[in-house]
Amino acid sequence: MFDNLSDKLDKAMHVLKGHGQITEVNVAETLKEIRRALVDADVNYKIAKDFTSTVKEKALGQDVLTALKPGQLMTKLVKDELTELMGGEAEGLNLSGNPSVILMSGLQGSGKTTFSGKLANFLKTKKTKKPLLVACDVYRPAAIDQLHVVGDQIGVEVYSNKEEKDPVKISEAAIAHAKANGFNVVIIDTAGRLAVDQAMMNEIAAIHKAIEPQETLFVVDSMTGQDAVNTAKAFNDILNFDGVILTKLDGDTRGGAALSIRTVVDKPIKFIGTGEKMEAIDVFYPSRMADRILGM
Amino acid sequence: AGKSKVDDEVLDNLEEILVSSDVGVATTIKIIDRIEERVARDKYLGTEELNTILREEIAGLMSETNFGDATDFSVPAKKPYVIMVVGVNGVGKTTTIGKLAYQFKKQGLNVVLGAGDTFRAAAIDQLQIWADRVDVPIVKQQMGSDPASVAFDTVQSAVKMDADVVIIDTAGRLHNKVNLMNELTKVKRVMQKVIDDAPDEVLLVLDGSTGQNAFEQAKQFTAATEVTSLAVTKLDGTAKGGVVIGISDQFQIPVKYIGVGEGIEDLQVFNKIEFVDSFFRV
Ligand SMILES: Nc1nc2c(ncn2[C@@H]2O[C@H](COP(=O)(O)OP(=O)(O)OP(=O)(O)O)[C@@H](O)[C@H]2O)c(=O)[nH]1
Ligand SMILES: Nc1nc2c(ncn2[C@@H]2O[C@H](COP(=O)(O)OP(=O)(O)OP(=O)(O)O)[C@@H](O)[C@H]2O)c(=O)[nH]1
Ligand SMILES: [K+]
Ligand SMILES: [Mg+2]
Ligand SMILES: [Mg+2]
Repeated sequence: MFDNLSDKLDKAMHVLKGHGQITEVNVAETLKEIRRALVDADVNYKIAKDFTSTVKEKALGQDVLTALKPGQLMTKLVKDELTELMGGEAEGLNLSGNPSVILMSGLQGSGKTTFSGKLANFLKTKKTKKPLLVACDVYRPAAIDQLHVVGDQIGVEVYSNKEEKDPVKISEAAIAHAKANGFNVVIIDTAGRLAVDQAMMNEIAAIHKAIEPQETLFVVDSMTGQDAVNTAKAFNDILNFDGVILTKLDGDTRGGAALSIRTVVDKPIKFIGTGEKMEAIDVFYPSRMADRILGM
Repeated sequence: AGKSKVDDEVLDNLEEILVSSDVGVATTIKIIDRIEERVARDKYLGTEELNTILREEIAGLMSETNFGDATDFSVPAKKPYVIMVVGVNGVGKTTTIGKLAYQFKKQGLNVVLGAGDTFRAAAIDQLQIWADRVDVPIVKQQMGSDPASVAFDTVQSAVKMDADVVIIDTAGRLHNKVNLMNELTKVKRVMQKVIDDAPDEVLLVLDGSTGQNAFEQAKQFTAATEVTSLAVTKLDGTAKGGVVIGISDQFQIPVKYIGVGEGIEDLQVFNKIEFVDSFFRV
């Protein structure tokens, strides 16, 4: 798609050599390159614009005579800024409840059901928790079966009720079941929904209100493009979610949506999905994500 | 009073709309350059004309099917007409198959589905539910069985049943996984043991909310299976799916269908002009 940003910037910054300092005029072309690279990496157009303004402010007046490769100076500025925006230390989950309730949310096909399984497996094997998976997708064909297959794979019980069509009731009954049977984490899988689907957004708001989860997670496909900002904002407006899960990072997407989402909702990215298998879960590293977005 | 040239503000605005619709930088520049050329030649008069030119230029970039733009869900009269459906994880392959089967069946065609996703949890059950909904037969094996063998069985049964259309589901796979892509090539090849030139169509399903990575998807799936058509799903949300313009242009693959919901009727035949118009709707 595009070359390494560093090489591109080296070319663009070449004109700066001999100018001594970075100025509004001589840095314009470079900033345009950065903006294009970010947009090509699926960073939202407006966010890429704001981001380059910030980088410009930091770059103005910097001495480029001493820098052997002006591109490197600029790349470092860009990378540091990206890493900072992406968040600091990896943030864990709040598991203080008894049981702790974790609610999944997100668009269709983003990876909620798969991630529910991965998280249950992670909490069971790495944190010695006793998780319960809950099937609250009453719409997608075979969604409940899918969660049962996943539960069987990892040896975690799945609570479901094919007769009950109200996810609020299912989740409440599941939490009662967890309390009565010594489960200390309850992971609630929900149906995929679009932010513009008012009825479905009301439904998840109702689940959220009824069960007051310790953690509400927004699961997003890392291949998402410009629309990531709309979706993240709409889900956050309704759920005020606690963290983001970025899935399918085993692909070769640049993952610029991560920056868009961080910027627009300012919530930490807590985990990433790196495969279809139950073990393919990892914590999120801001600096690795910055490298990835920049193609480095 | 007419203007002889589009001002920068109009072009900036256009750039923002295209890029925000996931058209991508390169294709956006290509479109804007073409518009500037046209404007220089035709003499731009007003917004009306600009809009017309824009639609024409974008539509011009997009490849057509061999029969021109499709206007309905008809398939060529070749029996059985075999469609293999491919794409990355979670884009909407299985759902699109259900919706397509419904459309074909509605025309009185005999449809057979093949449960070629033997990997993902409950994938076979999911396709079975769609087959029941549409009331068409499904050919399936156990979870974990060889998808090529399922494809072979499906095409063979279809011939025996004298079916009109066969649609074969495959497991979602990321295009950078070499083994999985090779598996897909094999699935395709095996059908040719039954019918020389099967499949007649390889439909790549793209999620309308996907950004520039869709290019790489198109490239790799084409390399593995010679994709012949595209379906863009989930356009009932706020995502615009603009990346398919560049894909259709570069790989000369037509977009045939769009998915606009989860229901059985939520599939439409692709219409270039409506597609471009949607970018300008908020
Ligand atoms: N390669 C890869 N595939 C993934 C990952 N996470 C999920 N998937 C796949 O993506 C597809 C969709 O995953 P699901 O877990 O069913 O997604 P969902 O959000 O529950 O989907 P709906 O319930 O339909 O909204 C499946 O094929 C999964 O195997 C990941 O991190 N990497
Ligand atoms: N809103 C909307 N949702 C859709 C559309 N097409 C599919 N979906 C939903 O997207 C999710 C994934 O669809 P599937 O058909 O399972 O996707 P797939 O590509 O077969 O997924 P894998 O087999 O796991 O790779 C499901 O929740 C579908 O209901 C569409 O056009 N609009
Ligand atoms: K998706
Ligand atoms: Mg699910
Ligand atoms: Mg499927």
